[in-house]
Amino acid sequence: MATKGKVTGIIANLVIVEADGPVSQNEICYINLKGTDLMAEVIKIMGVKAYTQVFESTRGLKIGADVKFMGHMLEVTLGPGILSRNYDGLQNDLDKMKGVFLKRGEYTEAIDPEAEWDFTPIAKAGDKVEAGSWLGEVTEGWMPHKIMVPFKFSGNYTVKSVNSKGKYKSKDKIAVLTDEKGKDVEVTMMQKWPVKVPIKAYKEKPRPFKIMETGVRTMDTLNPLAEGGTGFIPGPFGCGKTVLQHAVSQQAEADMIIVTACGERANEVVEIFTEFPELEDPRTGRKLMERTTIICNTSNMPVAAREASVYTGMTIAEYYRAMGLKVLLLADSTSRWAQALREMSNRMEELPGPDAFPMDLPAIISNFYSRAGFVYLNNGQTGSITFLGTVSPAGGNLKEPVTESTKKAARCFYALNQDRADSKRYPAIDPIDSYSKYLEYPEIQEYLKKNISENWVEMVSLSKDILLRGREASEQINILGDDGVPIEYHERFWKAEVLDFVILQQDAFDNIDKSTPFERQEYMLERVLEIYHTKFDFKSFEEVNPFFKAIINLFKQMNYAEYKSEKFDGYLKQINEKINERKAV
Amino acid sequence: METSAFQKIYTKITQVTKATCSLKAEGIGYEEIARVNGRLAQVVKIQGDTVTLQIFSGTEGIPTNAEVVFMGKAPTIKVSDELAGRFFNAYGDPIDGGPAVEGKEVEIGGPSVNPVRRKQPSELIPTGIAGIDLNNTLVTGQKIPFFADPDQPFNQVMAMVALRAKADKIILGGMGLSNDDYLFFKNIFDNAGALDRIISFINTTENPPVERLLVPDMALTAAEYFAHEKHEKVLVLLTDMTLYADALSIVSNRMDQIPSKDSMPGSLYSDLAKIYEKAVQFPEGGSITIIAVTTLSGGDITHAIPDNTGYITEGQLFLRRDTDIGKVIVDPFRSLSRLKQLVIGKQTRKDHPQVMNAGIRLFADAANAKTKLENGFDLNDYDERTLKFAKDYSRELLAIDINIDIDSMLDTGWRLFAEHFTKAELGIKDELVEKYWPKN
Ligand SMILES: Nc1ncnc2c1ncn2[C@@H]1O[C@H](COP(=O)(O)OP(=O)(O)OP(=O)(O)O)[C@@H](O)[C@H]1O
Ligand SMILES: [Mg+2]
Repeated sequence: MATKGKVTGIIANLVIVEADGPVSQNEICYINLKGTDLMAEVIKIMGVKAYTQVFESTRGLKIGADVKFMGHMLEVTLGPGILSRNYDGLQNDLDKMKGVFLKRGEYTEAIDPEAEWDFTPIAKAGDKVEAGSWLGEVTEGWMPHKIMVPFKFSGNYTVKSVNSKGKYKSKDKIAVLTDEKGKDVEVTMMQKWPVKVPIKAYKEKPRPFKIMETGVRTMDTLNPLAEGGTGFIPGPFGCGKTVLQHAVSQQAEADMIIVTACGERANEVVEIFTEFPELEDPRTGRKLMERTTIICNTSNMPVAAREASVYTGMTIAEYYRAMGLKVLLLADSTSRWAQALREMSNRMEELPGPDAFPMDLPAIISNFYSRAGFVYLNNGQTGSITFLGTVSPAGGNLKEPVTESTKKAARCFYALNQDRADSKRYPAIDPIDSYSKYLEYPEIQEYLKKNISENWVEMVSLSKDILLRGREASEQINILGDDGVPIEYHERFWKAEVLDFVILQQDAFDNIDKSTPFERQEYMLERVLEIYHTKFDFKSFEEVNPFFKAIINLFKQMNYAEYKSEKFDGYLKQINEKINERKAV
Repeated sequence: METSAFQKIYTKITQVTKATCSLKAEGIGYEEIARVNGRLAQVVKIQGDTVTLQIFSGTEGIPTNAEVVFMGKAPTIKVSDELAGRFFNAYGDPIDGGPAVEGKEVEIGGPSVNPVRRKQPSELIPTGIAGIDLNNTLVTGQKIPFFADPDQPFNQVMAMVALRAKADKIILGGMGLSNDDYLFFKNIFDNAGALDRIISFINTTENPPVERLLVPDMALTAAEYFAHEKHEKVLVLLTDMTLYADALSIVSNRMDQIPSKDSMPGSLYSDLAKIYEKAVQFPEGGSITIIAVTTLSGGDITHAIPDNTGYITEGQLFLRRDTDIGKVIVDPFRSLSRLKQLVIGKQTRKDHPQVMNAGIRLFADAANAKTKLENGFDLNDYDERTLKFAKDYSRELLAIDINIDIDSMLDTGWRLFAEHFTKAELGIKDELVEKYWPKN
């Protein structure tokens, strides 16, 4: 018999329930408020008292209210029909909700049970299968969507039958499997999975060895993100985290993108709702929305569901990875998730860690990041989840618990710099503080050599040196004055500026400049390094600044022009003329 | 709010702290309001049969036998067209001598708009102030605060923006407003003949601080009525949100919550977001735009209040005195309107984004030159020119006393560029330079 309970205490969304039977940690329960069931999750148990966090406002809730426990943890529904949906943090379909305002206790189905799918079998009777094995395939929008043995199935099964080609609904029986004891079990196209438990239906998780192209030059060229890799973008407010993530979500080379808006602004999600159905994916020519799913718990939506939203996103990503797809998961901002944890921990009067965050914050964050990755599935196919999160450090100070914990978990660090943002050097990623650990992986270096060019890795590390030396030169000039340093310092500084303006800076709002494929990135970096290797002849430091300014201006025009168009080549010609005028002989 | 016959009166308070009192009571709803010896209070915690009430005007003089009456509902306001032109206190009671407002009674601090039912903001709000329209363009449905030290004229600028904004309703939420500022708003709206469009919820420095906590929700619930039900363009002014946050910290500290940064409650982000996220553009044309004031202490934007605000709002307008021209300007570095890209170059001239960026970049170069000068170095020719440019730019475009249309702002920009720089020094797209670079 299901456990029931009564409310005995209410402090904001922390509700204490006296239970009449067994209760488990993270179990879901429903609290009855004047006929409306409010969903809640058990977060602590003391004797018969279950401390629950309610995913809704508790206004009007009274002592003695009835509670029923559900016997399972917070789950998402997995099946065809997730693609292109707009969900809230608990996977309610926002478009199916009635009314302009969110009504508490209104839960909608994540997957339309009436939708029919064209099913083609993959497995056949007699096949040996296990959790995650592909039984068949439907076409979801334009994407092949595998119907798998439910992840909750443990052990080995034999396929008894698989439906023939035809139209089925998600709750229809699609296959019958026989378990090791000879018992038959039916499988549908739909399954449930608890969000806080990783889906492990794969054989092996190697180190990432491929690059995920994002079209953002300062990332791809200087500090590339690996496919199946992890990265994070910390930065003070207004420095460009969201704009950068949106750029990546539009351009990245992924089959599917899951955008998790976690405790941020509603208007930013509305921007995606509005633009993605219009914008084209440059690789497939399809609308961006056709490869995107949005999980949205904006800052004014219930705090506990905010914490759930990142797990909901990750679980859906794992489901699609198990189909052999390249999934990119974005979360903005993971700090809001950490703050949601802090709010609950404070209400439960737990012993606080640094900045009043829960003590186990670092472990929670690293467990989450570890769910990303490139995998070999049991059938030999590959799939990946690349995860890129943002962090919003209090006061813009990177020495705070969320940034520090994330730094330990993520392999790429894209630090946004306030000064760069103030002087509109977007994207404001600090080229010197930021890093990609993947660049050190021999397998990644090999990949870059093979896929971009033989000496690409050297070019990248030279670029970093140029930037560093440019910064040093600028510091010297500031200390000693323009005429207190050799002219060469000015040259060094300006050569770094060329790299900064031409490669690092990128206009996210210009149709051409906003996305640069690797081929063009390589071409541009070569041109910039040519300038670097050229010896110039300047009579005084006053000649240096106007010369490079003009060069930069021409390069910028090139960035705004169609690649290898007449205009593009024209600017290059002008650049070469200018260089020849000044070249030392 | 009278007591009806069936309401039970409790007279046994078991605990009194600076902001709260507790008593044994049954059948009480969370966040329900009550009267404690006539003072308004709200349920903040229920544990077993013990109910804790936060008393908005403070607990001074509350005896253990005070009369406590529960009202069976959360705080409410009556909304109707009768609100227009009226002045209320934080509880929504009239303070202008007029009659109580009749209308539909709604709970304040109600639910959020479903994000998929919102429309992307797209209507530009012209203010005539170039520091805003040129560099930090505002859009209906936006939420944006002024960041300013207490000695800056933020209330004046805000009133000016409000009056020029062509809103159907302006709702003023005053929190810890000095009486002088309250009268200033009253006068300026009156003189502009706008009083019938204005609705005010005022908590002055003379009122207890905790009462302020009701003001934003009152103002925004009224705003939702006009924007959602009447499809009107509503502008909500909230001043000063720093004093609102201070009141939050008073309450949470008195309830023994563990403070996070700057002794603010750990929930500050969520608390502020709930208010600011009420800004919305409805598809039917109604909108709520929030312009707020967050006063800073010594220009410090890393303090928890401006910091959390910045993470929530869609930009900020930073006021500071420019000593070179002796005027208050909208600082182009620290200010930002994140919704500007939805309108600039689209509803304004095509050169807008690039003129904006070039101007700010050159102004930044001037700031570097100034640092150089202060460090005792010689300036080169380019430095000299940026300094001259910066002064003109500040005087003719950044100062808050500018009142011109956006095309004139752009023309002024080009004129200043041409006066001080060469085309190549701008880094603007060629086709735009060809078109707009002054001919003579
Ligand atoms: N690449 C870019 N090109 C042009 N403008 C940019 C770019 N990146 C950021 N900006 C400008 O900076 C503003 C703020 O960027 P964004 O919203 O991404 O900041 P954020 O770091 O996400 O801030 P928050 O933490 O408050 O959410 C944008 O609205 C835009 O005006
Ligand atoms: Mg952001």
